[in-house]
Amino acid sequence: MEGLESILARYPKYQRDNLIPILQDVQEAYGYITEEAIIYIGRHLLLSTTKIYGTASFYSNLRFSSKGKYHFEICHGTSCHLIESGSIISEAERIMKIKAGQVSRDGMFSLEKSACLGACGAGPLLTINGEYHENINISTLTQLIANLKNS
Amino acid sequence: MLFTIEVNNKQIKALKGETILSALNRNGISVPTLCYMPKLSPTGACRMCVVEIEGKSDLIPSCSFPVEEWMKIRTHSPRVIKARKTLVELLLANHPDDCLYCVRNTNCELQKLASEHNVRERRFHGRKSVLKLDQSCAPIVRDPSKCVLCGRCVRVCSEIIGVSTFEFTNKGIDTAVGTTYGKPLNLSNCITCGQCILECPTGALYEKESFSLLQETLHNTEIYPVIQCSPSVSVAIAEEYGIKAGKDFQGLLFAALRKIGFRKVYDTGFGNDINALNVATELADRIRNNEKLPMFNSCCPAWVKYAEQYLPELLPQLSQQRSPQQLMGRLIKQNLFTANSISPEKIFSVSVMPCTAKKFEAQRQEMTFNSVSDVDMVLTTRELAKLFRLNGIDFTAGESELADSPFGIKSTASRLYGISGGVAESVLRSLHFQLTGIEMPQVKVPKIRGLKARKDVRIQMGDFEVGVIAVSTVIQLQQVLKEIESGKSVYHLIEVMACPGGCINGGGQPFTKDENALTARMKAIYDSDEKDSVKSAHKNPGINEAMRLIIKELEGNETHNKFVATFEKRSVLL
Repeated sequence: MEGLESILARYPKYQRDNLIPILQDVQEAYGYITEEAIIYIGRHLLLSTTKIYGTASFYSNLRFSSKGKYHFEICHGTSCHLIESGSIISEAERIMKIKAGQVSRDGMFSLEKSACLGACGAGPLLTINGEYHENINISTLTQLIANLKNS
Repeated sequence: MLFTIEVNNKQIKALKGETILSALNRNGISVPTLCYMPKLSPTGACRMCVVEIEGKSDLIPSCSFPVEEWMKIRTHSPRVIKARKTLVELLLANHPDDCLYCVRNTNCELQKLASEHNVRERRFHGRKSVLKLDQSCAPIVRDPSKCVLCGRCVRVCSEIIGVSTFEFTNKGIDTAVGTTYGKPLNLSNCITCGQCILECPTGALYEKESFSLLQETLHNTEIYPVIQCSPSVSVAIAEEYGIKAGKDFQGLLFAALRKIGFRKVYDTGFGNDINALNVATELADRIRNNEKLPMFNSCCPAWVKYAEQYLPELLPQLSQQRSPQQLMGRLIKQNLFTANSISPEKIFSVSVMPCTAKKFEAQRQEMTFNSVSDVDMVLTTRELAKLFRLNGIDFTAGESELADSPFGIKSTASRLYGISGGVAESVLRSLHFQLTGIEMPQVKVPKIRGLKARKDVRIQMGDFEVGVIAVSTVIQLQQVLKEIESGKSVYHLIEVMACPGGCINGGGQPFTKDENALTARMKAIYDSDEKDSVKSAHKNPGINEAMRLIIKELEGNETHNKFVATFEKRSVLL
């Protein structure tokens, strides 16, 4: 795993326009934005941690906790939204007992809403650890989660 | 350059480069605002200040639009009024419906806007915000469900104070003002100065109060309630009663406090004198030995917390003297024990401060003696006004009274503590005597007076040229520290106040929209410096007695000096 210091070394000090590339690098290396990272970035760019957190929390791609063993991204783009991906997301939230953006207590599942997964013809769709599952409805979703639980 | 524009069919003069709002306000035309902050650049977030401009299809936010020569403006046309009313109704859509139970009831900007725009029914039904109340911080309570996202707390904290505790987090419907990782305030970098409370238009931020405990204590015959009152309170509290700022009500205030049931009423001014004298002695020693310079004041608890979090390497340079409030707290309990044999546990010592951070200071671990707090409760100026109302007392009626002895006598220098630069000025008066053995020829130091955020002066005292700088807000301090590091400036004493202008503008002072209120409060304090003949802390005749008390206690407790303040590094997410 790449250390924070070597990530920060790639960026000049006090240049705040690099904040987002740095956050992306940190997420790449650690899987999420750690508290320690925010403090180090703050010192590097002379920014308060609040400003960094405020910026980072704006982007749904940046996470503040590690992914679960099975990371679900459910599409909530325009076409999927029109064919009621919203109810699929709330069903997933209900079964996993978490909200989008969180990780379940046992670390099995994490859930995220995606702005568009780029397969609009096959919606509603979701990915599990990057693998696509198309034409999802509530019963296939329930089945998918149940299979993962039992595996 | 002045030019003419037309507003509501009347000609008014506008300045090139200013915003429409500023031109309107200068000509006495008022437009409602919510997110607007006079001293900062506009954000145009709330749209409450919209006006109609002939030739423009959209309504224009006057706070952020520059005025131009051709403009024909209508500030209160039916279209404008309708838009503003809708905005208020939308703000209310997810706002909790608990005005009657709200801490800001009758004093809320949102409520005022709703009433001004004649909002009489709920047109929009949004899901009500139900967010967690954050009571973790000793002085400040945050109720995010009442937040209207105007962003004034965010801006005052980062752009005026320089701490950045709050920021907008998330986006869209989930947007909220929050701390890093949504941590509770006590784990954040908040320095508890309370300026966000002064800015908050609703009840989303307020000071923690415990009136029922106080009221019970006042009527409990087993307990001996006493109170001390800071000089900055008496020049501001009248504003809570709609009286214009600029007069000192100290005598009437003392009388009213006795009427409520406090058995002794003391003036924190006496603590200011001891603090000034001790700081001067400490500074004189450091100047003679040329060590631990520049020295910083430690009487502002918000600044102390900032130093503990951000500048731990400077902590040895802070004055080791306790702040006036805590000095008085200790002295009061000690004196009542020795003179009246009342044991410290039976005394309930309250202090009234213009400050929220003093609530934090009073509960610091080292501010106790044999596990009994030196100050049991701290009230802000606003809370005191509420306490008066609760007890049915109109403090403006009645006769002036004096503070109780033995801490009744004070120098006029003690009054200056309320203004940025005032601590430095009163320390200088005593420092001159300490260094040279003679009184300062001219006790007034005009260069260090006024509301400017940064004031410095160099004064020759015997063989030493003493450099003093007074800064208010930590943004200013950061600048000064840079200059010191680069060797550009050399100072012996740096006075830091967390609030802009000092304690007269503290986080516990009355809410005011009057831009002249600060100047008026300041004038009231400077006026009182002219009145009496005792102008320096070291000439205060009462101090000798207090000093005897201190020494007597120190003799019995040599290892643990209870009048010295201690500081420690604090780890928070910075």
